Amino acid sequence: MIPAAFDYVRAGSVEEALAALAEHGDDAKLMAGGHSLIPLMRYRLVTPGVVVDVGNLNGDLRGISVADGTVRVGALTRHSELEHSAELADACPMLAHVASMVGDPAVRHRGTLGGSLAHADPASDLPAAVLALGATLVARGPGGEREIAAADFFTGFLESVLADDEMLTEIRLPVSGGGWNYQKFNRRAQDWAIVGVAVAENAKGVSLVNMGSTPMRATAVEQAVAAGASAVDAAALAADNASPPSDLNGDAEYRGHLARVLTERALKAAGIA
Amino acid sequence: MTITDDTAGIGSRMLRKEDGALVTGEAKFVDDIHSPGELWMGMVRSTAAHARIVSIDVSAAQDMPGVEAVHTGAELAAMELWVAPLPCAWPVTDDMANPPHWPVAPETVHHVGEIVAVVLADSRYAAADAVEHVIVEYESLAAVASIDQAVADTEHAHTDLGTNKAYTWAIDEDPEGTQAAFDAAAHSVVCRFEQQRLIPAAMEPRGVLALPSPMGGDVTLYSASQVPHILKVMAAATTGIPEQKIRVVAPAVGGGFGAKLNINPDEILAISLANRLGRPVRWTESRTEAAGSTHQGRGQTQHIELASDSDGRLTAIRVKLDADMGAYMMLITPGVPLLGSFLYHGVYETPKFSFTCEGWFTNRTPTDAYRGAGRPEASYAIERAMDMLSYEVGISPEEIRRRNYINGGEPFEMWENPAGIFFDSGHYLPTLDRALDMADVAGLRAEQQRRRDAGEVKQLGIGMCTYVEICGLAPSRALGGLKYAAGGWEHATVRLLPTGKVEVVSGSTPHGQGHETSWSQIIATKMGISPHDVTVLHSDTAISPLGLDTYGSRSLAVGGVAISMAAEKVIEKARLIAAHQFEAAPEDVEFEAGSFSVAGTPSKSVHIQELGFVAFAAHDLPDGLEPNLQEQVSFDPPNFAFPFGTHVAVVEIDEDTGGVDLIGYFAVDDCGNQVNPLIVEGQVHGGVVQGAAQALYEVAVYDDQANIANPSLMDYLVPSAAEMPSITTDFTCTPSTTNPLGVKGVGEAGTIGSAAAVINAVVDALRPHGITDIDMPATPMRVRRAIEAARGGAS
Ligand SMILES: Cc1cc2nc3c(=O)[nH]c(=O)nc-3n(C[C@H](O)[C@H](O)[C@H](O)COP(=O)(O)OP(=O)(O)OC[C@H]3O[C@@H](n4cnc5c(N)ncnc54)[C@H](O)[C@@H]3O)c2cc1C
Repeated sequence: MIPAAFDYVRAGSVEEALAALAEHGDDAKLMAGGHSLIPLMRYRLVTPGVVVDVGNLNGDLRGISVADGTVRVGALTRHSELEHSAELADACPMLAHVASMVGDPAVRHRGTLGGSLAHADPASDLPAAVLALGATLVARGPGGEREIAAADFFTGFLESVLADDEMLTEIRLPVSGGGWNYQKFNRRAQDWAIVGVAVAENAKGVSLVNMGSTPMRATAVEQAVAAGASAVDAAALAADNASPPSDLNGDAEYRGHLARVLTERALKAAGIA
Repeated sequence: MTITDDTAGIGSRMLRKEDGALVTGEAKFVDDIHSPGELWMGMVRSTAAHARIVSIDVSAAQDMPGVEAVHTGAELAAMELWVAPLPCAWPVTDDMANPPHWPVAPETVHHVGEIVAVVLADSRYAAADAVEHVIVEYESLAAVASIDQAVADTEHAHTDLGTNKAYTWAIDEDPEGTQAAFDAAAHSVVCRFEQQRLIPAAMEPRGVLALPSPMGGDVTLYSASQVPHILKVMAAATTGIPEQKIRVVAPAVGGGFGAKLNINPDEILAISLANRLGRPVRWTESRTEAAGSTHQGRGQTQHIELASDSDGRLTAIRVKLDADMGAYMMLITPGVPLLGSFLYHGVYETPKFSFTCEGWFTNRTPTDAYRGAGRPEASYAIERAMDMLSYEVGISPEEIRRRNYINGGEPFEMWENPAGIFFDSGHYLPTLDRALDMADVAGLRAEQQRRRDAGEVKQLGIGMCTYVEICGLAPSRALGGLKYAAGGWEHATVRLLPTGKVEVVSGSTPHGQGHETSWSQIIATKMGISPHDVTVLHSDTAISPLGLDTYGSRSLAVGGVAISMAAEKVIEKARLIAAHQFEAAPEDVEFEAGSFSVAGTPSKSVHIQELGFVAFAAHDLPDGLEPNLQEQVSFDPPNFAFPFGTHVAVVEIDEDTGGVDLIGYFAVDDCGNQVNPLIVEGQVHGGVVQGAAQALYEVAVYDDQANIANPSLMDYLVPSAAEMPSITTDFTCTPSTTNPLGVKGVGEAGTIGSAAAVINAVVDALRPHGITDIDMPATPMRVRRAIEAARGGAS
């Protein structure tokens, strides 16, 4: 529980952060809320030589705006800000709701949307939400800015398409109407989901938490729903292309069962199938 | 619940004196105390459960910045830092196996987490870095990773012993009679319950700081301990440092639950190294480290059989325990199951009773006391088994209890139980009636039936438990009879200071219980003064030289009684001074609400607080009376105390996911007279949650190589307020006959009642599936699998 030695750089701007990343390469790690990075460092599971703190950056990087049918969320927006935003409650209520289901109040006060996505933990809530909502992620690097579809973002366990010298700056989501639902099954309020299911009608998205090595879409369910299947029939396919982990909270078979139960509940609650 | 601060004495809901410092962060814990030049210990811990140490390479670690020294176990032994292994104070049988437990393993390790080398460095970070660079080569030996494996006895946790069995202990006067009762029984049940291992997880981890005083050659040890007095004696015996040279201080201590009543390797290392090096030595455990280095709780396989007549009246109980000692006998490891041994018949009369416990070594972290220590296990077994008997007989769980309560549920005093001990007092039926009423069990049953009939996904379960516990440890003679090395008295000093204020010195050592408040209230009532005129001193062997500390719900029933008795002695001496002032005979002087007066002459009176200065100045004391008003008492209780109560738990089970929600909890406890009902309720609340935690959440998981799989609080699930319902409490009052205050003790009661109540509720919800038992913790997966199995296949 004692991290190894590291250098600390507090970035005053995105440019400074990118410069520090460029200088130190894969020896550097961005830190936003620190609520995933610091635990890993304390267990010495990661030992960055340099921590580049972007947690205090403000401006466009932190906050929510809605215009022209698009919701823009700065990557450094805290979970608690998503949870309590009146604009978001209107324009993309599922994201606000899912944010309110993350951890406990202290975690939500520090953790950021960008950090949660960049961390790419299949057990996290927000990645599944942005997948179901059909979000676009905006990253900046030495070569400038690029847009990445959420569906293309997650590549492996705690891995994404982000390069070592890139930083997420913004998340864009279509203003959503229609039904939605998020089912999170865990044992204690503060815990990660044993399994979670997010359903968003207008993006035609169904996504799964903790059902594989990445946050993932339940494509078989999506297709069945699109083809007019009932909630029961569509949900039966929830675990079809999943390879869920086995751990102390549940083995793969139980997770598959939960995915089917929760998908059925989510589809019914969202009024989609 | 109303909270008042009416500054009254015994019986008032006075706010705790301790809480201001605790909630504002002013209280100083061991980790808050620093000393210039201090060295941090970093423990190199075994990654193997059972292995011979082939070599330890400390060269790289030794050269790292900030590192003063790195010592292996063999080196430390050669340095003669200790003269004896870590102590076990409770050799329960003459032939109990007790392999030496050295603070640092010299040759062979017996559990993951055992210390094999110690780094001394100038910061915690430098120590942690160096620990990573110590290279240990092990030659593995077969590890005993479970109780089943220990009982099979083919591989041995201690190769030299040639067996895993540590001892056999029995209360079994008439085994044939018990068997005959089973042969003749109309109904019987045979149950096997697992008491899973628990990680105590107190809010403050353990930590030590040893300060040498090179000139005087003595050492002060600050330790997050519940037992500074016992630690002082044992540290002397273990290190060879003369006892009068050792001072032990337990500053603010953030919970213990038994896990801080041991004599730990780190404590001995700190005191011995500080003494040797002449420098302060410190250590604070990390959470992950705590999972393997601080003792764990429970760890038993229980076999319990009940026999009854056709009405469900018990005719015999037979119990066989297989208790997991872990790798070594720590301070009271072997005795923990025995603390429950007298209670496996619970609150029920049974003509025949047979109890046998076998203690087994495994290659896992040692077990020892954890809130309730042996008694939650006992009440779980009998209360679960009674429910199972009720299914057999076909009557309700409350009915089977009513039919079997001691003395038919009517009040009793000094009832001799089948194990030959005397229950001081009891009156069980009212706690059941009140609990059923408070919970509205009739209404709940109707709702349960409605949901069953409607085939709803969320089903209700209602469970109950009537527990009795043995506490107020303990009559010294009884402890001697059980081969416990020490006594069970408690010591107290009460002094009336020159200015009329009172100092109380407590031998029992608080670590969250609120002694400062309760003891002040006792003084307030006894001496007729404000509780705010009282200061309670404790937890420092230089201030409180005599004491036996806090565990086993003993503080009030033994220590609090000693305070009360010492206050009476002060009053008696003050009466002599008052009589002298009044020129009256002491027998004619009355004491009422703090004032002495002469019977029939109320105009002549003096307040006891005024006599503090009179006794101090000593200008005009009765002939032969010593100056000062300070009195001491060592109270050795004539008997244990036996609190009891009935708890009702209500759960909702999502049959599709298997998720269990504890949605209601109703506790009716009887701990005799209450000094502070607010503190009593707090103890019940915390205790209930700790038992419910065992029922639904907590388990120390070991893999087949005896590695602990969930050492962090991310995976070891301690429930929070969010998972718990609001707990409804009520009380009956059956005063103890063991002590003049009529008090019993309540620190462990909640835990002793709640695990059984919660699991009885879970099984009650699942009864329509034909399910009669489920293991703890009743995790969603386990519950779902039980439903699937009962339905005859997967979902
Ligand atoms: C007790 C606890 C409970 C939790 N419970 C939950 C839960 O129930 N559900 C859940 O989803 N999460 C949970 N979390 C995780 C929490 O939501 C984290 O805050 C979040 O996952 C990461 O956000 P962060 O801002 O703290 O990221 P950090 O920890 O600062 O960073 C995480 C990773 O992302 C990278 N990174 C951060 N920001 C950027 C960026 N802008 N661009 C590129 N890379 C970046 C970092 O380099 C690092 O690798 C919990 C955390 C804790 C401590």
